[in-house]
Amino acid sequence: MPLIKDGQLADDIYTAVDDAAPLPEGPVIVSLKRLRAEREALLGRNQKLGVKLTSEESPESIGSDLDRLSLVVLEFPKFRDGRPFSWARILRTRLKFEGEVRASGDFLYDQIAFLVRVGCDSFVLPPALTPELFQRALGEMSLVYQPAADGKKIIRDLRA
Amino acid sequence: MAQKLTANRLIDGTVLYWRGGGWTESFAEGEILPTEEAAQAALAAAREDVARNLVVGVYLLELKGEAPLKEREIIRAFGPSIRPDLGKQARG
Amino acid sequence: MYRYDEFDATFVRERTEQFRYQVERRLKGELNEDQFKPFRLMNGLYLQLHAYMLRVAVPYGTLSAPQMRMLAHIARKYDRGYGHFTTRQNIQYNWPKLKDVPDILAELATVEMHAIQTSGNCIRNVTADHFAGAAAEEIEDPRPVAEIVRQWSSLHPEFTFLPRKFKVAVSGGPQDRAALRFHDLAIEIVKNDAGRVGYRILVGGGMGRTPYIGYVIGDFVEKPDLLSFLEAVLRVYNENGRRDNIYKARIKILAHALGESEMRERVLREFSEIKRSGTLQVPEAERARIAAYFAPPAFETLPDTVLPKDGALGQWVTSNVHKHRAPGYALATISLKPIGGVPGDISHEQLDGVAELMDDFGYEEIRASHEQNLVLPHVKQSDLPAVFARLQALGLATPNAGLISDIICCPGLDYCDLANARSIPIAQKLAERFADLDRQHNIGEFKLKISGCINACGHHHAGHIGILGVDKKGVEFYQLQLGGSAAEDASIGDIMGPGFGEHEIVDAVERVVDLYVKLRQPGERFLDTYRRIGMEPFKNIAYQEQLHAAH
Repeated sequence: MPLIKDGQLADDIYTAVDDAAPLPEGPVIVSLKRLRAEREALLGRNQKLGVKLTSEESPESIGSDLDRLSLVVLEFPKFRDGRPFSWARILRTRLKFEGEVRASGDFLYDQIAFLVRVGCDSFVLPPALTPELFQRALGEMSLVYQPAADGKKIIRDLRA
Repeated sequence: MAQKLTANRLIDGTVLYWRGGGWTESFAEGEILPTEEAAQAALAAAREDVARNLVVGVYLLELKGEAPLKEREIIRAFGPSIRPDLGKQARG
Repeated sequence: MYRYDEFDATFVRERTEQFRYQVERRLKGELNEDQFKPFRLMNGLYLQLHAYMLRVAVPYGTLSAPQMRMLAHIARKYDRGYGHFTTRQNIQYNWPKLKDVPDILAELATVEMHAIQTSGNCIRNVTADHFAGAAAEEIEDPRPVAEIVRQWSSLHPEFTFLPRKFKVAVSGGPQDRAALRFHDLAIEIVKNDAGRVGYRILVGGGMGRTPYIGYVIGDFVEKPDLLSFLEAVLRVYNENGRRDNIYKARIKILAHALGESEMRERVLREFSEIKRSGTLQVPEAERARIAAYFAPPAFETLPDTVLPKDGALGQWVTSNVHKHRAPGYALATISLKPIGGVPGDISHEQLDGVAELMDDFGYEEIRASHEQNLVLPHVKQSDLPAVFARLQALGLATPNAGLISDIICCPGLDYCDLANARSIPIAQKLAERFADLDRQHNIGEFKLKISGCINACGHHHAGHIGILGVDKKGVEFYQLQLGGSAAEDASIGDIMGPGFGEHEIVDAVERVVDLYVKLRQPGERFLDTYRRIGMEPFKNIAYQEQLHAAH
């Protein structure tokens, strides 16, 4: 499925790896469970490392290892499970994560703008979404009322 | 038990009843599906109209004689009971 | 009242265009129903029994004359000539066509109205006391707070896919006319010992399958901290609310499962962190800017007059006119509960007629209450006879505000896809049974509330008498609950027992009410008598017909 990174179609340099599968060469994405189980091995690989969180897993449970990660993938099991929105925002504002935050799974066109606002900067596009639709989604609402994680000036401050 | 098949027209929400491979707004003209086989066949055909974005919310409703069994379906077929001037019942 | 600036107007316009685009994609088949439905709901559009239903937002129930005219116009042009005011101060249209909804929203936008977030698992319309800015005992008008919350909650990127819907209410003083204790989150304006005004925050109230009364989660939140505190509550809910079972997904379930102390701790932890970041603090300048929109009209210095007590006008004044903070003024309730009519419904002629009345008398605003009536907040006492005459001509002068025929009633099985039983015909029959005005006044203050299903949109749990319509093997039955209250003495009604049939329920209610009249002590409302003597006597008399029949 196509990956959008920083607003453009991009190649995915990472390989997502199941818990039981052997690690290939190059950057990998593993589950939080695997990160905990094989921590030394994974952190010692001298490769970019990504962790995929289920919607039940708060990024706070990654702990201090977050500093060693280049990517956190937030999984949407179903579009109506809105926990990843909080996870993204916490990653950016509380944990000050500066790596890539990637949205993956079942999310809708109308969620794209929100995902960008809470700090996602890459997206695995589900089948119903195209890069053109993605771009369009970003431009529909030019104004926002509340702060999020994107630093966008809110209406209250535009009024000043 | 005999059934009929109903849905809402996507574009305007109007309640529709399955008849002969198509749809009618009139409950009375809706096709009676006397057996479970007939009902399932109609359901399968009607679902194609969902895929073609003509209707939404397709389902079967049971009959008691010529009328719907459930009160909900009676009200749906004719209109709000407290406004006889509204809905299909108003068209005479 | 609040007026949009260019930013608010652009926001609503862009949202309308966004919806138009999605409707086009849906009609072309680029979106299927599963993909479209969440967005459709976030724009207030349901698919109901007969047709689509559009729920238009009326923020804290406040409307201007141009807005009332537009609501009339929408009813005429796109619907079947009427609208329905709901128990959350919104207005609903029962017959819009999907293809027309983008145009409806565009027309609403020209009068600063919309249907954003009136459905969906998001923060819904923020409701407030319908006597705001006029009630004598108010500390501060709750509506500036409601407006601040409304803006903050509009398309909030983190909280738009909550476990379930989230309802907020605001009240400006100790008297609760906004049913605070039955909301997911409620804000009560209070004064601390030092005389400083702040907010008491309640959480975890709700109706539905499992009714709860909310508890205090923030004893005194300082004004600048309001949004930081709300954000903390919403985050705790978004992260921890149940997503496995829609009947257990509201914050009330979480708040009571965790318990007060754990819930407070989690919220406070989030709150301290969010407050420290500073991004959500509400500057005094912003609060003052918004509060200025809600400044009351310049009241003339007038004496209190002796209000009429005789005749039709006198009857209407007795029930529908309420004390105002300014001498010489009054609050007037326009009852939308004509005997035998549909509770809460209003015709396009009536909407236009009220708009004309507002213009002729110089009334800038009118309120919709959660009890499905309208309220004119600042009526000169000397104008009351003329206002009454105009309302009479419009069929809007029913003198029953707060009385037993002022029934709160959901649309029920006549309209609603979720309903199990019809509610409106029961309301009509009950109103007709109790139509006699002397009898109504003798009965006194009465909150009779009817829901057609367990979702409780008729707020039956909070009725002095609450009625729940159920489906028992294809037949409509009506369960009675006694002793509920949505005021500051909040309580959930007690279920009496097995339901009554459609032809029994009115008699059963009458027996209960007549027993109250017989047994009450001086000054007792039905609610007070019930709380004093309990369910037993009422239960016995209600079922007495069944007992006689059995013998």
